[in-house]
This record gives sequence, C-alpha cells and structure tokens, in this order.
Amino acid sequence: MTFQITQTDLQTILPELILFGMGMLVLVVELFRRPGASTLPQALVALLGISASGYGAYLQLGLDLKGFSGEVIADDYAAVFKMVFAATAFLTVLISTRYLADRKMDFGEYYALLLFAVGGMMVMASALDLLMVFVGLEILSISSYILCGMLRHDVKSNESAMKYFLLGAFATGFLLYGMAMIYGATGTIHIREIGMALTNPDTFANPLVWFGMALLLVGFGFKLSIVPFHMWTPDVYEGAPTAVTAFLSAGPKAAGFAALIRLLVEALGAMRGEWSQVLWVLAALTMTLGNVVAIQQNNIKRMLAYSSIAHAGYILAALVVSTSEGLGAVVFYTLAYTLMNMGIFAVLILASGPDKERVTFDDFKGFGYVSPAVGLATLVFVLSLIGIPLTGGFVGKFQIFKAVVEQGYIWLAVIGVVNSVVSVYYYLRILVVFYMTPPQGEPAPKPVFHPGLAAAILVSAVGVLYLGILPSAWLELSSRSVSVLLAGF
Amino acid sequence: MDLMFYFFGGLAVLGALAVLVLRSPVYCALALVGSFFCLGVVYILLNSEFIAAVQVLVYAGAIMVLFLFVIMLLNVQAEARFPFTGRLPQITGLALAVSILTQLVGLFRSPLVGPKGVYPVERIAEEGSVEVVGQLLFTDYVLAFEVISILLLVAVVGAVVLAKRRVKSETGENA
Repeated sequence: MTFQITQTDLQTILPELILFGMGMLVLVVELFRRPGASTLPQALVALLGISASGYGAYLQLGLDLKGFSGEVIADDYAAVFKMVFAATAFLTVLISTRYLADRKMDFGEYYALLLFAVGGMMVMASALDLLMVFVGLEILSISSYILCGMLRHDVKSNESAMKYFLLGAFATGFLLYGMAMIYGATGTIHIREIGMALTNPDTFANPLVWFGMALLLVGFGFKLSIVPFHMWTPDVYEGAPTAVTAFLSAGPKAAGFAALIRLLVEALGAMRGEWSQVLWVLAALTMTLGNVVAIQQNNIKRMLAYSSIAHAGYILAALVVSTSEGLGAVVFYTLAYTLMNMGIFAVLILASGPDKERVTFDDFKGFGYVSPAVGLATLVFVLSLIGIPLTGGFVGKFQIFKAVVEQGYIWLAVIGVVNSVVSVYYYLRILVVFYMTPPQGEPAPKPVFHPGLAAAILVSAVGVLYLGILPSAWLELSSRSVSVLLAGF
Repeated sequence: MDLMFYFFGGLAVLGALAVLVLRSPVYCALALVGSFFCLGVVYILLNSEFIAAVQVLVYAGAIMVLFLFVIMLLNVQAEARFPFTGRLPQITGLALAVSILTQLVGLFRSPLVGPKGVYPVERIAEEGSVEVVGQLLFTDYVLAFEVISILLLVAVVGAVVLAKRRVKSETGENA
C-alpha cells in the first residue's frame, strides 16, 4: 500500500509547522550564543516565527481542509483561534526580553519552549481526533511546567513548577480516562465520528459515554482552572516568572476553550442538554469564587490569578448556551481578555527593575503620577477588565450576557452581572493605589523605557480600545468562525 | 479465555489497590510492577502482543526500575505519613468515593459494550499485532507520531534547562 503526504496535508498544519521549525531554529541560534551575551537574536527569531505563523493562520481563513487522514482540520474556527494564539505569543515575547535579563534567567530556550507551547495550542485548535487534542495539550502543558520553573534560584518558582506539574499530570489522567471511555463506547477517536456514533440511541444510552464526558470535563476543568478544579491557579501564577504568568493566564486557557468547544459541540453535541446543565453550575461557581476571593488579595499577581478564574467563569457562561452568538462571544472575549491581561502584566513588568519585582499593591502607591503614560494605559486595561463601555472587555461581556439571556438563562446572567459589580472593587483598587494614595517611604522609581514593553503596552491598549469602539469586524469574524462548528448541529 | 481475562484483570486491580494500601514505598513500587505485568497479560489475551511487550519493557522494566532506584537513593522513610489525616478531607473523600461507587454499580445494569472499532480482536489476530500498529502509526496517525517527537524534544530541552549548572548569580554569565 502506498501512503503520501500531500500538499493539502501540509497546508492544514502550516502555522504549526512554522512554529515548530522556528522553535528549533531558536535552539540552534542559542547554540552560538557566547556566555553572558543577550538573547535578543533568539527573541527576534521567535517574533519572526510567530508573525509568520500568525500570517499562515490568516491565510487559512475561509478554508475547509482536512489533513492527515482527518486528524487535523483547517477551518475558520481553527484559523481564528490560531491568530489569537499568535497574538498572545507575540505580546509574551515583547514583555519577556527585559524581564529575562533582569531576573538573570536569560536563556534562549525560553523562547524555544514558548514557540513549542504555542505550537501545541495550535494543534489543539485544529485537532479533529482525541489523540491530537491530547498530544497538543501535553506539548503545551509540559512546556508550561518548565517555563514556570525557569527561575531556578527562586523557591516560589520551583514550588509553582512542581505544583503545576504534579496536579497537571493528575488532571491529565482524568482526561485520558475520559477519552478512553468515550472510545470504548463509540469505537472511534475521531471527533466527528464520535458525534455520529452518538446519534445511535444504543450508544447514547451507554453509561461509558456519560462517565467519559464527566471525566473529560474534569480534565479540562483543571486546565482552564474552573472551580472546583482551580486550587493550583493562585500558587502557580504567583510563583511563576511574571512574563510566564501573563502567558499562562491567556494562552493555555484560550487553547483549552478552543479544544473543549470543538469536543462538546462536534463530538458530544447529542448530550448538549446534559453538559450545559453541568456547565451552568460550574460557571456560576467559578465566577463567584474567583471574584470574591480576588477581593482579599494583596499581591497583584495573585489577584490577577483569581481574576482569570472569574473570567474563565464568564466564558463558561457563554458555553452553556452554545448558540452561534454565545460561542462567537467566546472567541471575541478570548482576544479581548488576552489584550487587557497582557497589558496589565506588561505594566507590572515595566515597573519592576533588576533590583526587585513590584507585584504588591503597596509597590504602586502614586505610580500614576510617576509615569502618567503608563498610568493612562493601566486605566484602559482596568476599565476593560471591569467591563466599562468603549473597551473590548465591555463588548465581550455584553455579547456573552446577551446570548445567555436570549436563551432564557436569566439567573446565570444575573449572577454574572452581580459578579461584574463585585469585581469593580478589586480592579478599582489598582487605580486607587495608582492615583489616590501618596507614596510612603521610598516611592516607586520612574520606569525605564524599553521598546518591547512600550510596544506591548501600546498594542494592548490600542487593541482594547479598538475592540471596544469598532468591534464589528472582529465580532463578524468570530461569529463566522463558530458557524462552521454549528453547521452540522 | 474469559476466565484468564478476569483472573489477570482482577490481579491487576489488586496490585493497584496494594499500591494505595501498602506502607513501604518499595512494596508499593513492586506492587505496581505486578499490576503492570498483569495488564501485559491482558493485552496478550486481546491478541496485542506488541503492546504487551512494550508495556512490560517500558513500564515494568524501565520506568519502575527508575522508580525503585529513586526510592532507594532518596532513602524514603518506610512509614511515610498519609497527609490527609483531618476529619473533613476523610469525610469528603468517603462521600465522593461512595457516590462514584454507586454510579459504577448502576453502570453494570445497562450494557457497557460499544460498537466494535475498525480493529477488533479477530482482525488483529489475522493481520498481526506489530503490523497493525506499524501501519496505523505511519499512515493514519503519522501526524500524531511526528508531533509526539516535538513533545519529546520539549521534555529534553526542559530537562537541560532545569538541570544545567547554576547561573553565576551577579555576572549573569552562563557558567
């Protein structure tokens, strides 16, 4: 028998190929770095690779190609998520260069691992069978564990990597168990074939499928830090290097949602009535716990960890309805959240110097007057995180709650809105500290200008405002991307 | 055939239970080896000799021996304390276990057998275990196979990054 890899096959995985290839190139470049030299060349190679890969994803818009015997697919849905991932990775590299030098963890491998992680995320978005979902997830997870522990002389960073690794491996077990059970019940690991098998009433009634679905939700619940599987999040986010925390809070979550939505809609669509009930409860719990606990935090990184739990809750609320409006809102919100989150982490990194990291509220007393431009950008990010009109965060939340209400889940929307009000308290605390608290003792020094960080803050702030003021283009693209998924539904 | 399956399957479960119950880490590791061997036998009963061989070589052979080495080198105390001693974790754990158990018992009342996949036991016997695995791995699942090599590369790079000599603190030099 003959077997050939065709051009179509390669076309479907073009963005992944570019990322993996450039990741290896970064490793090769690292080989020639003299001891003590800067890793700027590696960062530039990484930026080039990410841009090329993002452009590759852009070229995939409008396609509907299946590659490698249906293991992967290149459709609008995958392409849009890949573009979001590329944006996340791009901003991560921009905020990393100075941070790595300041924290004496200036290794080129950092960028290689980042590229591999993003490649894994892209594999998850385009995977059309459970095996690819799993392999993509593992590439992403293992790279993330290592990135968390890269501050090797720092106890908290070690703790973060170790906790993430142990709990992550445990959660992977649940995920695999769920996949195995679904395979046992349906006889296939191909996502669309599972969907077809479940139209058979006998298969649908098989308890294995139900156990499999439950275990899948547990596995993904961990990766997306959904309550009650969120325990690791604050410790991991606090201990990890700040640039990595920024990446973790945006990238892997988006990838997890990309894969979870495809699984739920295309494979387990027949069980929609049941999983939407489970997700309803999880969404309400996640929003509430994230927001309530965030209030008590004094460390901004920890606060943002709980805030990211809360935001995962909002996104879950949209998953409950799973209409094209709801899922479109998920895609929209993913980009908006990435931008505002990356922006605020960039501010944290900009304020830190080689002497120390500034991550508590006390470190930022009067910071808004020390550096008015950064203060203004922070204002934009905070307003967007709260969900004030004219920012991307508002449009995203509005779309989500609109979709939720349209489908009659009034109480879920009420819980969501009440939670948004609660979140005002801790987000505004940033602004209060920035503008209304006089600095005590040694004031925060004026941040040193850095082109990468400045670009990251500028791009994020402009992006957040753009999504808030002119959302129609991205809204249209996100709802078009999910309509592919829902076509056969 | 069926009897053999239940015997070795049951033995594998017992081995897994022993890992949880036994106190000494070395005994736990040995019980796990036993469980892996029984699983290997189950694979053979399913005509998957190749998977069985890999199971024994990789899991029972390589990974568990490494485990044992680590346990012996670290000189773990025989009576490692069980960390969940409080009342609350015990009660919640028990409640969760009971609820899952009742659901499992409920499962056995309805049929668990799904439709047969593309490669049921008879077809594997016909075509040969190694041939089937090889052919699938390099045709239908070739992408997964290739992407797993990236996964291994990530693991290698990670091991090097985390284990290479400490950076000299102030100069920032890569010693």
